[in-house]
Amino acid sequence: MNLINTIVIGLKEIWAHKFRSLLTMFGIVLGVASLVGMSALIKGMENGMRESMVAMGGADKVLLEAQAVPAYQDHLADQAPGRTIRDVFALREGAPLLRVVSPEMTVPEVILTRGEKACDPSECVGAWPEVLEMNLHTVEHGRFFNAIDEERAHAVCVVGTGIRDALFGSPDEIGREIIPIGEKIQIGGQPFTIVGMFQHYMGEQEAKERALARRTPKAEPGSFQGPKRQKGWGKRGGWAFSRKNMTVYMPLNTAWVRFRIAGDLDGIPDPRLSDIDIKVRDLSNLEAALQQARNVLLVTHNGIEDFNFRTQENQVESINKQIENARMSGGIIAGISLLVGGIGIMNIMLASINERIREIGTCKALGATGTEIFIQIIVESVVLSILGALLGLLASGGLVEVLGLISPTGNTPVVTWQSQAIAVAFSAGVGIVAGLFPAVKAARLSPIQALRYE
Amino acid sequence: MALLELRNVSKIYHTGGEEIRALDDVSLELNNGEFISIIGPSGSGKSTLMHILGCLDLPTKGEVWLDGINISKASQRELARVRNRTIGFVFQSFNLLPKLSVLQNVELPMVYAGIGGSQRRERATAALNLVELGHRLKNRPNQLSGGQQQRVAIARALVNDPKIILADEPTGNLDTHTGEVILNLFRQLSIQGRTVILVTHNPEIAAVTPRRVEIRNGKVAERVDERLAGLHRQAAAAGMAAGLGVPG
Repeated sequence: MNLINTIVIGLKEIWAHKFRSLLTMFGIVLGVASLVGMSALIKGMENGMRESMVAMGGADKVLLEAQAVPAYQDHLADQAPGRTIRDVFALREGAPLLRVVSPEMTVPEVILTRGEKACDPSECVGAWPEVLEMNLHTVEHGRFFNAIDEERAHAVCVVGTGIRDALFGSPDEIGREIIPIGEKIQIGGQPFTIVGMFQHYMGEQEAKERALARRTPKAEPGSFQGPKRQKGWGKRGGWAFSRKNMTVYMPLNTAWVRFRIAGDLDGIPDPRLSDIDIKVRDLSNLEAALQQARNVLLVTHNGIEDFNFRTQENQVESINKQIENARMSGGIIAGISLLVGGIGIMNIMLASINERIREIGTCKALGATGTEIFIQIIVESVVLSILGALLGLLASGGLVEVLGLISPTGNTPVVTWQSQAIAVAFSAGVGIVAGLFPAVKAARLSPIQALRYE
Repeated sequence: MALLELRNVSKIYHTGGEEIRALDDVSLELNNGEFISIIGPSGSGKSTLMHILGCLDLPTKGEVWLDGINISKASQRELARVRNRTIGFVFQSFNLLPKLSVLQNVELPMVYAGIGGSQRRERATAALNLVELGHRLKNRPNQLSGGQQQRVAIARALVNDPKIILADEPTGNLDTHTGEVILNLFRQLSIQGRTVILVTHNPEIAAVTPRRVEIRNGKVAERVDERLAGLHRQAAAAGMAAGLGVPG
């Protein structure tokens, strides 16, 4: 008994009851469509999350955090040096497994002003050029600071496009892009020259919104346009991106000389850095690299463990966890609908073998074994479910399209071949399981009774 | 040695604590090329005998020898194989599969025999030509007349070259003339050397066979019509097997 023949007979059986088969398949169609659509949505979500993660510096960024000294060193707490520029030099010289070491000195509670306009940056820090690689920044206009700026503590800064938008006006408002290189702004009341501007960072979501805005015609000038949308952190979703666009960098030395030295209350300037970020040479060798860095730092910190490493592993883990949860719950729901589809198939297969009892009896009289009848029914059931699954894949294309239209600014659903393969395989499995009972029933029919059946 | 032999076969059913002897100590021998009818009123055990002869069922007691092999204790799988290779069934209501074409219906027993596609096609076409339906290969059974359908069924029964043809009321759903054509076909087949068993309740139909087995209350009685038997032997000897001679 060859399989192709069996499949052809199964297809004929399905074709003979077109409407009934279609209705039966509908359960599987919906199940597959929802499974594929759901996983496409989650994939889109995942892409969005990973995108934000990269915007924050990528998976290989390790933060060197300050921490309270451990209990057994409590008596040494007042000697804890904190993270200083000494650590940075020591790490650069003594820890070859590190690729980048980037010190940052935050200028706290600072406001940027230009004439009447003012804004509150997400971070205003003094940094070294290494910060570009650390936080994955790209200078699109002008330049970054150089060694001379650092050495002489020049009052120069590089800003993100968000700062430009707030102080000079955004391209959306004034219709052209202002590149404020050479302009002066006040940072905490001190005049600075803008020497560079980063590129505009945006997530896929914002990119889509912009494309959408370009397509929709501009309103007539003078016509009523309603109140302007609120601006600020929540703007354009994707806080990771808007935060990144609101960055102001100045040379580390500038931050030190102009803000820190004079800033301390008791007259002793605080030499501690607010951040040391490192990137290791090879992520697969993370443990060893961190151990090396720890050894170096224990020397500069006189053996006091007032520091700790925080890797992005936690972040990656939490993203993975969230994705997994979303997949799990979505998968269970889609699985249930596939199961319901399977019950429909079982039902129809039972009806179908009841209708064909005489045919089955004839086949047995002609020499079909129970196994052959069993295979025939199982194949019919699987053909039914796989046809349903293929229709479901077609339907899922439409479903994903509709999902994309409903939420044009959400992360685009991405249909993956894995989800399609899983959906088809799962419905084939459902087909087999649904066919089992009817097939066993048919295979066990006694030929005499089956032939006599009216 | 007989082709098919029943030795003291009994079939006993238990219904509601009551014992029903559908067949009671029946012995029967069938030889190659015999044309035989089994006749009896309904409830006589005729169907039970047919089922055992057709290897659709096994006896409660006694032995069934087919071609020198005792099949009384065979498994369902082995019985299916015997039905497939050694026995050809023709039913009263034709029992063609409605969704398959005429050709595919005739190919079906060969599918179960595991014969390859091209050979199946060839042999099925030849069998259909033999019953003069070579021009209706692609038709569905319900597009044919009753007589044509029964001829398709006969082609299907013949296609695996079985030694025994078992026909259960083959003319029951046909008019007299068509019935005669079909009976003539069976006679020719037996002359060619196949054993043809005709199961019927109609004495007129049983009258065409040289040997008649009457069954009543589970017991059999045999009668041989010497005149017909002589004719039959003559015809077989004369090798009338050249053509089956179905009137178009």
